[in-house]
Amino acid sequence: MSFLEIRNATKSYGAVKVLHETNIAVEEGEFLVLVGPSGCGKSTLLSMIAGLEDVTSGDISIKGRSMNGVRPADRNIAMVFQSYALYPNMNVAQNMAFGLEMHGVPKEDRDKAVAQVAELLQIQPLLDRKPGQLSGGQRQRVAMGRALVRDPDVFLFDEPLSNLDAKLRVDMRTEIKKLHQKLGTTIVYVTHDQIEALTLSTRIAVMYGGYVQQLGTPKEVYDNPANMFVAGFMGSPSMNLFPAKVAVENGRAVAKITLADGGTGTLPFADGNAMAEHDGRDIILGIRPEAITDEDGADRNSNAIHRIDARVEITEPAGSDTFVVTQFGGKEVTGRFRADVDVKAGDTFPFAINMEKAVAFDPKTEERIG
Amino acid sequence: MTITTTRHRAGDDWLRNALPKLVLSPSFAMVLIFVYGFILFTFYLSFTDSRILPSYGLVGWENYTKLFSVRAWGIAVDNVLIFGSLYIVICCALGLMLAILLDQQIRAEGFIRTIYLYPMALSFIVTGTAWKWFLDPGIGLQAVVRSWGWESFTFEWIKDSDMAIYTIVIAAVWQTSGFVMAMFLAGLRGIDNEVLKAAQIDGASNWALYRRIVIPQLRPAFMSAFVVLAHMAIKSYDLIIALTGGGPGTATELPATFMYSYTFTRNQMGIGAASATIMLMSIAAIMVPYIWSELREKK
Amino acid sequence: MSTNASSQIIRTGSGARFVIYTILALFCLYYLLPLYVMVVNSLKPLSEIQAGGMMALPGEWTLDPWKSAWSTAQIGVAATGLKPYFLNSILMVVPAVAISTVLGALNGYVLTKWRFRGDTIVFGLLLFGCFIPFQMVLIPMARMLGLMGLAGTVPGLIFVHLVYGIGFSTLYFRNYYEQFPTELVRAAMIDGAGFFTIFYRIMLPSSGPIAVVCIIWQFTNIWNDFLFGASFSDFDSQPMTVALNNLVQSSTGVKEYNVHFAGAIMAALPTLLVYIVAGRYFVRGLMAGSVKG
Repeated sequence: MSFLEIRNATKSYGAVKVLHETNIAVEEGEFLVLVGPSGCGKSTLLSMIAGLEDVTSGDISIKGRSMNGVRPADRNIAMVFQSYALYPNMNVAQNMAFGLEMHGVPKEDRDKAVAQVAELLQIQPLLDRKPGQLSGGQRQRVAMGRALVRDPDVFLFDEPLSNLDAKLRVDMRTEIKKLHQKLGTTIVYVTHDQIEALTLSTRIAVMYGGYVQQLGTPKEVYDNPANMFVAGFMGSPSMNLFPAKVAVENGRAVAKITLADGGTGTLPFADGNAMAEHDGRDIILGIRPEAITDEDGADRNSNAIHRIDARVEITEPAGSDTFVVTQFGGKEVTGRFRADVDVKAGDTFPFAINMEKAVAFDPKTEERIG
Repeated sequence: MTITTTRHRAGDDWLRNALPKLVLSPSFAMVLIFVYGFILFTFYLSFTDSRILPSYGLVGWENYTKLFSVRAWGIAVDNVLIFGSLYIVICCALGLMLAILLDQQIRAEGFIRTIYLYPMALSFIVTGTAWKWFLDPGIGLQAVVRSWGWESFTFEWIKDSDMAIYTIVIAAVWQTSGFVMAMFLAGLRGIDNEVLKAAQIDGASNWALYRRIVIPQLRPAFMSAFVVLAHMAIKSYDLIIALTGGGPGTATELPATFMYSYTFTRNQMGIGAASATIMLMSIAAIMVPYIWSELREKK
Repeated sequence: MSTNASSQIIRTGSGARFVIYTILALFCLYYLLPLYVMVVNSLKPLSEIQAGGMMALPGEWTLDPWKSAWSTAQIGVAATGLKPYFLNSILMVVPAVAISTVLGALNGYVLTKWRFRGDTIVFGLLLFGCFIPFQMVLIPMARMLGLMGLAGTVPGLIFVHLVYGIGFSTLYFRNYYEQFPTELVRAAMIDGAGFFTIFYRIMLPSSGPIAVVCIIWQFTNIWNDFLFGASFSDFDSQPMTVALNNLVQSSTGVKEYNVHFAGAIMAALPTLLVYIVAGRYFVRGLMAGSVKG
């Protein structure tokens, strides 16, 4: 049995089902990120693990012990909240020790634990301050400290970085990752930021509409999205999704796409044999921007670079890269070109497309077909 | 439904889940009995032949028909309409005017606000006492002005059956208008400055600015002021007792004083209960929709 | 009250400003006039008032009216002055305010942080109870107090004020706790704190401002009440307002206006003091009582 196991867990408020049958097994030391847009059920699932919300049906167990009906306090978990939820009337040390105090830990041991964690997080100088006197980043550290002091089985993070400014957010992200690597703790982490999900996690559950859309390692989720939602949600700029039609030429499957000037482009699938069975089918083709480049910028290790001449509609220089927009199949498609490439809007320019990275979806079910 | 596999301390769990409701229940029970139970009881009494003591012989609508044929009740209803509408209109007009004037970056604003508002801290009995003697022709305003040399000056409203009700308005407005001012001032302070700047750039004069932009945005403040004032007007009791005692004669009788005297001094409890019921209905007609909308917005 | 005048941008000419200041000053006189009348006339001999000198400063300053009002004036049947009734009011106000505030805090805590199905209806019922015309409960309450053996006693009055004060104190704390971050409560639950521990350790330490508002409101309301006092008290348990009214309305003998004014000030002093000391909270209380939800 896994360390943290969610089996067929659902949540309903009256007739409204906000979380459908969910199954996730988390091993000890894993960093699981629940990611999705707001209202997808990720925070509800986290609250259910914490015991702040009941499980409508199904079961959640930690270390093999079912948690149904167990108080949050008795689950040996700790949680870092979005607003940090530091008790405003207590100083930092009291905040950190509160949980231990409630669990009847003697004062001496509490002080020791607080001192230890404070050293780990380098917040010793803050111990006597009230939360109101701390900056956002400091509060964030204290909130993590409060969780660490408890030495829980599972850490729960509820969008802990969303109240920080952009620069600090990146710093704290690195810090959380370091902390996880150093302590080897089991973490369940909720965020709506897909970059956070990709950088921090050992595994990601992408959620939408109360369903887990895909559960996998960051690489699996990024390279092999299970459906169009995951494809579009993970990655920035997001994956290009445009209509195409499968055809068979010389025994190999190709995708036919309409170009901006009305012409037709042909892109052979990397795995031409497998796609041949879909001959004549309308599909949605998904290609990430970094797989659409200028010819010199194309991936040298790929055996499936194909060139299409297409009209450039807009260029967006972004410092390290230049994003170049054209149209495939009537949809805007963004390519990631080298920064110094010489291209202007209106030009017809050769686009190099790495078909090894292309994925195909059914337009109706939006599920992956190849 | 929660599936329980490890519910070891069932008693503890029950207590823990029920505790919040247990804590709330004494208050809720008190209110259920002493507000709603009592309302039902009084409502029931209004259909009985109760006199000096409650009695349970049902008489149908008799108390209500009697009530509306009693001259004193007619006066009380007329009075509450006159008093209520003047009280609300004058308080709102005065409150709005003072709020707007006070909102012009006035020096010593805090000090002036304190003066305008202090009457609200006083008991109506105190207010009534002060105004009773100030308006008394024998020693008050009239006597003072005459002693200053204007021998023919007359101001005897408080002794005049036709005018006495307006003295109630004077004292009540004195007590409450500062509070209405504070409500409007809070409303004014809540208005977005950018909107005013935009209107000014559009060429609006100060007058147009207030009439077209500011005052329409004070709607919520008007609503709250109306509800508070209307409900105070219907419940007015202490002020009448202290200022005029309902007199001269029954000239300043209001429903609240009518109810009290019919129930406890004239021993017509059935009629008293009927008049209380009518008061409740009219307040409910104002308060229920207001509370309803306020609580719904929250959701 | 916030300090940004919405008309920071509205400019007024100096002529207009003169008019504005004049009007504001006139209204200051209007609001201060009755207070002036009360104070001045409580410090002069009766003869000066009877001679039409109500607006004048005392020709002869005297504290006799105050002494009389406090300890010797005829109230109803006894010539005790207002002193015993002042004490009655204190004895009534303190417990009623304390208990209704504590209950209101607990109720507000439950209604915002331990929500349950139907909690809005419960709150709505509590709230409407604040606004009913109390004439509707006078008859049954008189009987109920009799049954409980509390008729005509100070504890009876405490009970009545408690029952009809709970709605407002609940309203205050509910609206305040609504703004209190629920995440703090959840954090405390995870830390292992129970219902009362959370209330005592997390909520209460942050409740100072609203407690002050609630206490001021309840104090002012209960101190100033007349209807319940007149309905449910005996001669020896009357609160200050009822005694003052008896003093002023007594039809026997010469009307001692100066004594009446001194008595009125005594009845007004406690609430006036609260207003002057804690005006900010007083206003906030008034506002919260009108702008519900």
